[in-house]
Amino acid sequence: MKKLHVNVSVNKNELEFLCNPEDTLLDVLRNDLQLTGTKEGCSTGDCGACSVILDKKLVCSCLVLAAEVDGSEIDTIEGMADDNKLHPLQKKFLEHAALQCGICTPGILVAAKALLEKNLNPTEKEIRYWLAGNLCRCTGYDKIIRAVMDAASEMRNENGSNYS
Amino acid sequence: MDQITPKPIKNFKVIGTRPLRPDGIEKVTGKAIYGADLSAPNMLYGLLLRINEPHALIENIDISFAEKLPGVKSIVTFKDFIKINPNNKYNETLENCIANEKILYDGHAVAAVAAINLKVAKKAIKLIDVKFKKLPFVINIEDAMKKDAPIVAQGKKNENIPDGFSENVVQYCSFGHGNLEEGFSESEKIIKRTFKTPSVHQGYIEPHACLASMSNEGKADLWCCTQGHYNVRSICSNIFKIDNSQLKVTASEIGGGFGGKTTVFIEPIALALSLKSGCPVKIVMSREEVFKATGPTVSSLVDVKIGMKKTGKITAAEAIIRYEGGAFPNETYELGAQSAFAAYDLKSVKTEAYNVLTNRPAQAAYRAPGAPQAIYAVESIIDELCQYFNQDPLYVRILNAAHKGTKSSYGPTFDDIGLKATLEAAKNHPHYNTPLKENQGRGVSCGFWFNFGGNTCVSLNINFDGTVGVVEGNPDIGGSRSSISQMAAEELGISLDKVKTIIADTNSLGHNDVTDGSRVTFSVGLATIKAAKAAKNELCKRAAKLWGIDEDAVIWKDGYAYPAGANAGNQEPLSLEDIAKVSSQTGGPIAGHYEVNAENAGVSFGVHLVDVETDNETGHTKILRYTAFQDAGKAIHPSYVEGQMQGGSVQGIGWALNEEYIYNNEGKLQNPGFLDYRIPVASDLPMIDPVILEIPNPGHPYGVRGVGETSIVPPLAAINNAVSRATKIRFSELPLSPPKVLNAILSKQK
Repeated sequence: MKKLHVNVSVNKNELEFLCNPEDTLLDVLRNDLQLTGTKEGCSTGDCGACSVILDKKLVCSCLVLAAEVDGSEIDTIEGMADDNKLHPLQKKFLEHAALQCGICTPGILVAAKALLEKNLNPTEKEIRYWLAGNLCRCTGYDKIIRAVMDAASEMRNENGSNYS
Repeated sequence: MDQITPKPIKNFKVIGTRPLRPDGIEKVTGKAIYGADLSAPNMLYGLLLRINEPHALIENIDISFAEKLPGVKSIVTFKDFIKINPNNKYNETLENCIANEKILYDGHAVAAVAAINLKVAKKAIKLIDVKFKKLPFVINIEDAMKKDAPIVAQGKKNENIPDGFSENVVQYCSFGHGNLEEGFSESEKIIKRTFKTPSVHQGYIEPHACLASMSNEGKADLWCCTQGHYNVRSICSNIFKIDNSQLKVTASEIGGGFGGKTTVFIEPIALALSLKSGCPVKIVMSREEVFKATGPTVSSLVDVKIGMKKTGKITAAEAIIRYEGGAFPNETYELGAQSAFAAYDLKSVKTEAYNVLTNRPAQAAYRAPGAPQAIYAVESIIDELCQYFNQDPLYVRILNAAHKGTKSSYGPTFDDIGLKATLEAAKNHPHYNTPLKENQGRGVSCGFWFNFGGNTCVSLNINFDGTVGVVEGNPDIGGSRSSISQMAAEELGISLDKVKTIIADTNSLGHNDVTDGSRVTFSVGLATIKAAKAAKNELCKRAAKLWGIDEDAVIWKDGYAYPAGANAGNQEPLSLEDIAKVSSQTGGPIAGHYEVNAENAGVSFGVHLVDVETDNETGHTKILRYTAFQDAGKAIHPSYVEGQMQGGSVQGIGWALNEEYIYNNEGKLQNPGFLDYRIPVASDLPMIDPVILEIPNPGHPYGVRGVGETSIVPPLAAINNAVSRATKIRFSELPLSPPKVLNAILSKQK
């Protein structure tokens, strides 16, 4: 079968690629677009390491066919920092030592960012349930949860809101 | 987060602080390059053909159809390796990667293909025709030990095996001292039970991956995610009969290992495919392959018998340990026998351990390998005895705790150890005195790990601009670059931002043992401090030269060279940077090196407290509160020490409550994926409170003890004890999954 032609915006860059019908978005991101920051941990949607934001929705890119994303906007970990300025979540992950091996970190950061875009004042429980689809085997999640809470608090203050 | 420091040994400036990790930016921005992230020009994709049979005799492998498929560049089977080196030292390791005469477990590979893309490779492995004869198989310890059991592998049995077992029982050991009979007769209560733990997987999120390039001239390059690239080199250079120097192994960033990446699974295969095809070959395992064909833990069947007086004093203790670690012999049973009673000062103690072969993948290390299973049984019986005598479980442990001078149950006499201080910290912690409600229970357990030292090299280079490069050879699995940099900065008396630590490839530094045994912060730290001392000596010599005074008349203090005293002159002190900048004129670049086979790693103890609540209608156990106490000797970077304690605790929680390898009656693994093999997720857990104690290890200049492994040991018994107290039912088999707990609750109600 012939390859399919797909137009897409990735991290605000307009791109096009050719893919096989069975290729996943994850395959294309990693192998064709060389965006290897998105990780493959299971390819069955169980670990969340491949989390990306597709048209403002958090998805496992291993469960999305590449051919489906024509005309979409995708945000990956590579687009999270604003040039060289880290996103507050990235900064807080470093400050809280919320990563050990770091393989789950891109997926968790992307997922946490999606949460904070919906709810900038989540409770610990809300964060724990939101991130329940992102497996981390090193940290026991403690420092991750603290980092997300701290980043949310900083972002609330930056926004000048009265949440905190 | 509390930090208790009984005996501070030194006023540190950099040690004990919490700087940002040097590799952090790359890891939060997606730039860090892990095993599967590298590609090479003209690269092929490798794929293994795995057979879903637990035990079978291979009659024929026909690759002729697959070979003809366009895009297929090479195919290898075990026969290719025999041609290369029939007498390699690592034949069992290789046979676990790719089957020789027999398929030994569900998922065992029999052939591998390299093709221009994965699509072709997938098609090709379907075209390989494997003829095999199914053989009777055995999965569980009890079945495998029976005299008439199907035999997994012939001729592996050691000479010291007692009579009455099948040939699957291949290894045996015993440890202990004192008179058991006398000890038990002095007791006022003896409890004996049999405990079972399932095989569990390390569950690292990064599947194994490698990229290999090998030529006919015996030269090779290998990139892989591993805990020990020098070990990968030793194994692969032997298998391919090439010189160590000709195989350069570079460790990628590693996405977790926990012991599971201490050996090879795909690396020799990728090298062989590359050798045959003349192209670089990349192999990335799928999650299913990781579960089926890497190295989960041993499963266990352990009898423990302990006698106690009503005062809480243990009079005698005995354990019979049986571990099953798949189709190949391993040493984990011995670590179980040695660690079982390590936490206690016992007059009469004996442990015996057996290792049993089964049709499962070869076990690999998993965080404190062998210790959690044995200590689970021991700590559960101690809790039951405490309940019987209505004694406080921490008081009883303090009463019997090993201390400096204790002859341990496995032989050595302990030096300074932190067990009693750790137990007392737990007893005095607010957690221990918080009231519990109905259906809630509190569990306690000690944990132990030996800690290792081992072969280690460090080079420390002083650059002309006064910055410092540390070159070490142990993959950074949880922040070790930071702690190594901190120790270098501390010893040299310079600020941390002047130091950068890198992990060298196998050609750039001498041999380093694997990142395992909680050895890195201890051994690499020790070597870094000594390399810094060597560099300081040289810096003093250079200062002497600049000042025109005797070398002995210069001392190093807080980052500066000083004249030793009034007689040496009154020159202005010279900083490391001052000396480095002109080092070209005083003899050339300055460096320090240290090479050692490190000893005196200092044993590690921990104590965990957990509160649980069980749901009588579903059997579900909720962790309400968790506090982990551990002696770190000296915490170099406390955040990463806490991280080790928290991460190990949660792996132990998973082992206690959910995780298990489930085989069906055809010997096939039923849950090779994260959906059915359920590791803890964020919503399962509360915060894990770490309490670091610092009882300095006399074997390290700054007092460091390894902290990586002990924390996985206590959760098994702590949770077992908490659930047993909450339900008033004594459990002795893990995991305490909802159906198991519910069944026990319902049977009790009948």
